[in-house]
Amino acid sequence: MKRLKTLLPYLSDHRKETVLAPLFKLLEAAFELLVPLVMAAIIDRGIQNRDMVYIGKMGACLLILAAVGLAASITAQFFAAKAAVGFSARLRQALFDHLQSLDFTAIDRLGTSAMITRMTSDINQVQSGVNLVLRLFLRSPVIVFGAMAMAFAIDVKSALLFAVAIPLLALVVFGVLVWTMPLYRKVQAQLDKVLRLTRENLTGVRVIRAFHREEKEEERFRESTQTLFSGQVFVSRISAIMNPVTYVIVNAAIMALLYTGAIQVNLGNLTQGQVVAILNYMSQILVELVKLANLIVTVTKSVACADRVAAVFEIQGTPWEQEGKGETPSADAPFLEFDHVSLTYQDAGAETLRDISFQVEKGQTVGIIGGTGSGKTSLVHLIPGFYPATEGTVRLEGRDIRQIPEQELKGRVGIVPQGAVLFQGTIRSNLQWGKPDATEEEMWQALGLAQAREVAEGKEGGLDAEVAQGGRNFSGGQRQRLTIARALVRQPEILILDDSASALDYGTDAALRAALRSLEGRMTTFLVSQRASAVRHADQILVLEDGRLAGIGTHEELLERCSVYREIYDSQYPADR
Amino acid sequence: METGLDRKKTLGQMLLYLKKYRLLAGLSLMLAAVTVGLTLYVPILTGNAVDLLLGKGRVDFPGLFAILWKIGAAVCATAAAQWVMDLSNSYITYHVVKDIREDAFHKLQQLPLRYLDAHAHGDLISRVIADVDALADGLLMGFTQLFTGVLTIIGTLFFLFAANVPIALVVVCVTPVSFLAARFIASRTYSMFQLQSRARGEQTALIEETVGNQKLVKAFSREDAVREQFAEGNRRLEECSLRAIFYSSITNPVTRAVNSLVYAGVGVFGAFVAIRGGISVGRLSCLLSYANQYTKPFNEISGVVTELQNALACAARILELIQETPQAPDAPGARVLEQTAGAVSLEQVSFSYVPGQRLIQGFSLDAKSGQRVAIVGPTGCGKTTLINLLMRFYDVDSGSIRVDGTDIRQITRGSLRTSYGMVLQETWLRWGTIRDNIRMGKPEATDAEVEQAARAAHAHSFIRRLPQGYDTVISEEGGGLSQGQKQLLCIARVMLCLPPMLILDEATSSIDTRTELKIQNAFARMMEGRTSFIVAHRLSTIREADVILVMRDGNIVEQGNHETLLSQGGFYAQLYHSQFTG
Repeated sequence: MKRLKTLLPYLSDHRKETVLAPLFKLLEAAFELLVPLVMAAIIDRGIQNRDMVYIGKMGACLLILAAVGLAASITAQFFAAKAAVGFSARLRQALFDHLQSLDFTAIDRLGTSAMITRMTSDINQVQSGVNLVLRLFLRSPVIVFGAMAMAFAIDVKSALLFAVAIPLLALVVFGVLVWTMPLYRKVQAQLDKVLRLTRENLTGVRVIRAFHREEKEEERFRESTQTLFSGQVFVSRISAIMNPVTYVIVNAAIMALLYTGAIQVNLGNLTQGQVVAILNYMSQILVELVKLANLIVTVTKSVACADRVAAVFEIQGTPWEQEGKGETPSADAPFLEFDHVSLTYQDAGAETLRDISFQVEKGQTVGIIGGTGSGKTSLVHLIPGFYPATEGTVRLEGRDIRQIPEQELKGRVGIVPQGAVLFQGTIRSNLQWGKPDATEEEMWQALGLAQAREVAEGKEGGLDAEVAQGGRNFSGGQRQRLTIARALVRQPEILILDDSASALDYGTDAALRAALRSLEGRMTTFLVSQRASAVRHADQILVLEDGRLAGIGTHEELLERCSVYREIYDSQYPADR
Repeated sequence: METGLDRKKTLGQMLLYLKKYRLLAGLSLMLAAVTVGLTLYVPILTGNAVDLLLGKGRVDFPGLFAILWKIGAAVCATAAAQWVMDLSNSYITYHVVKDIREDAFHKLQQLPLRYLDAHAHGDLISRVIADVDALADGLLMGFTQLFTGVLTIIGTLFFLFAANVPIALVVVCVTPVSFLAARFIASRTYSMFQLQSRARGEQTALIEETVGNQKLVKAFSREDAVREQFAEGNRRLEECSLRAIFYSSITNPVTRAVNSLVYAGVGVFGAFVAIRGGISVGRLSCLLSYANQYTKPFNEISGVVTELQNALACAARILELIQETPQAPDAPGARVLEQTAGAVSLEQVSFSYVPGQRLIQGFSLDAKSGQRVAIVGPTGCGKTTLINLLMRFYDVDSGSIRVDGTDIRQITRGSLRTSYGMVLQETWLRWGTIRDNIRMGKPEATDAEVEQAARAAHAHSFIRRLPQGYDTVISEEGGGLSQGQKQLLCIARVMLCLPPMLILDEATSSIDTRTELKIQNAFARMMEGRTSFIVAHRLSTIREADVILVMRDGNIVEQGNHETLLSQGGFYAQLYHSQFTG
């Protein structure tokens, strides 16, 4: 709950609307409360005195009340909508900006799907919550208590009945609500289970039929729909209490009102019209209480969403370290150096990388090989400083990379990550990710190196060919080549290919490697792969196993010395065994 | 487009589901009528009571008590009727939902793979889950609402006209205004909502793209660029949303205002009539309370009608699934395969997924008991088609597949399929414990047997290291386990049953080579003495196979063993040289 306060500033641009919306709503409610009084006047003075003119006046009065009420209500809706939409727009932008400021560790902690949900459905839910609160949260209580106050104004004795009826009604309405809410959640969870069974059954259809488990599956499904059914019926049994019981309470109150009213009328303390007015107020209260209960359900959901959104703001990235603490590039130092580097991801139980040390000369090609989960990707992610090393230091030209300004460091590295992702737009706009001000010539050169020239030439529009969301309109191999071109267009000093040639056929792969070799001397290249064939020609190969450096050297040296490398190689080239 | 007839048919079939509960449904309708009648009667009684309060010293107490008793009785009866009605409605609704879901699930077990492969799973799931829910809300709950709504309107009109014709006419003339106003606003807001959902869709796409690839954004230092892009879409969305939300939120105040109009009309007009002595004050107060409630069922009904239409569309979708033709049942007198030698022969088999687009044509193969058949070819060449035919997931178009000399169409599907042990590259595990997953093919297996199978599949050591060992609960996607570990579990699952024939799909690059080696060992163990069909990626498997089928673009282009194929210098030789030499 405390967290919600952190979201309030996003309403501050709409302070005026936030105040005016409920205010106008209040006005509307006030006018609504006046109606029974006018009606009472019509009955008591108009009808009793046979005063047609008076009735006409009061009728006009009713019409004016309706018109003013309508105007107030529409104004309130406008302010509420403006405040709610403006709030959510600001919140969405702020959240997006906040996500942009997070570092990799924080991104991991949040998780992609959670971030997307926060940005979309959660914020939408918060928006409708704000809208509803501004519109209704004041209205309903005002009507309820206003009606009671009016009743008191008319006749204190009769109105005392309200003081009994309202708490009773509230008790029933909110009691049922509080009782059923967790039950509904349980029912929802059970429905999720039914959904899961259906999905499992479809995705696993071959296995299920192979084991001939169809009937067993049906049995399982029936069991879970039965549980769902029992849950649903149980909840509905409780919520079915609400309507009849509130109906009885209100009518009991009306009966009591009639009785006390009758006594008061008999004594001459009350008129007929006043009794009718009090009865009207009683009916109004019931309608509003039910609305209020529904409102509370929606608002509870919104509050939960708002809380989740607010929690994201609490996650902060660790700031990039103090920039340039006096260290300057040194000509003697190796180009890139890992000095006893270890890495433990946040919240992870074990180290992902342990005590890694190696040096790379400028222009070298470095192969990194190892099984899945051996830490290859983690290792290359340390080079552009995606994650800070937990122990040890990564140095570029003798400088700790954490002391090189973030933008400069990232600008010197071109990375081609796993899973070739392109962005909606054009080939040009995708290449501009690598270098925003790249010239036409630079782009074609990068495409040529990445063996992607014919990809662009083959599409209508060349560089301006459209790229659909996720690059759907390109094949896996084409996407991969374009992502390589994207990294190359900035002419990086360090190029990292993280298993980036997996979707390429043999010929293209070879041509790519030859093209990269032509840049030798200018560019330091890291090749991550599981295949010995991809790294065998590298100047040095790092062999990783379970986060440790199991060997380092050239292909021939490793075949001789490193059993892990030999094992990998043998599993891929059994013929040479 | 849905025709009227289709709707009628859909409704008819929905009624069939209700047939089981017709007594309860009848009771519910009756109670609805009672509830509506009594609810409308109470204001009249209240009005009568008010009429007894004429003024100082002119209150008819005995008469009042009589009326109060009546009110009390009517209220209690209404409450009871409403309660029982609500209960039976929800019982019927949820039971029908359960019946439909079970029928749909039953049908899913019966449908041929041809159907399931051709339909998006997400769509089928949403039919079984979301559509059935919408149907319950709309058709069943909506129907009761519609029924009580219509009854209320009729009842109100009846009482209104009975009470006073001119006043009733005022109400009848003014109320449609609220209806029309709501319609007018709805049609105007529709286009604004469309604009909003388009802007929202674009924004969501951008969010999925950038936030979904947040690390990439960081890696290329594109934070400011995407921020700007986002801000632009956000401004557009804000504009569209404000319009859509504001205009749609006018509906309520407007209908409320119309309601006030009716109220004022009844009040003033009624007062005039009352002065002439046409009606009493009590009757007027009763009419006023009607006027207050009269528009409510109208608004509800207009909402229910759209919901009903939506529900009918949902019902049509789920019924379509339930009525889909199932696979042909097992042939009468089909053989139950028990002890098989595992001799599999294909004779002149032709098959295609799309009629007219030939895939496999005139293909023959004779796999003797215990032989290894390797299937090789580039990705997407249709290697899985052969698995589909062997397992009889699909039936051949012509020719025949025989096991031990019997056409597989003359063997029960269950016994044919359980004679094969199948390990596919796409590992499928279900939500549950590791033990349950391994036991899937043989639920009666003891813990010791499970462990033995896991050991044989080289899975025991990693399972033991999991926090709860064999009782570790894994999620659908096998979360927490690596691809290789999942594959080992699938192998263990087959190891436990170990049928006489095997179909194995070798793992490719997603698994590291050392885990792959373990899987190979497990495979090798399984294959001893069993007729095996292997979709092969590894040279060692291929070289040791008795028969190699070389597939290309869905066709079997070459067939033979390693040496003969290599010496032929055809596609296999080409493939071999490009893939397996450096």
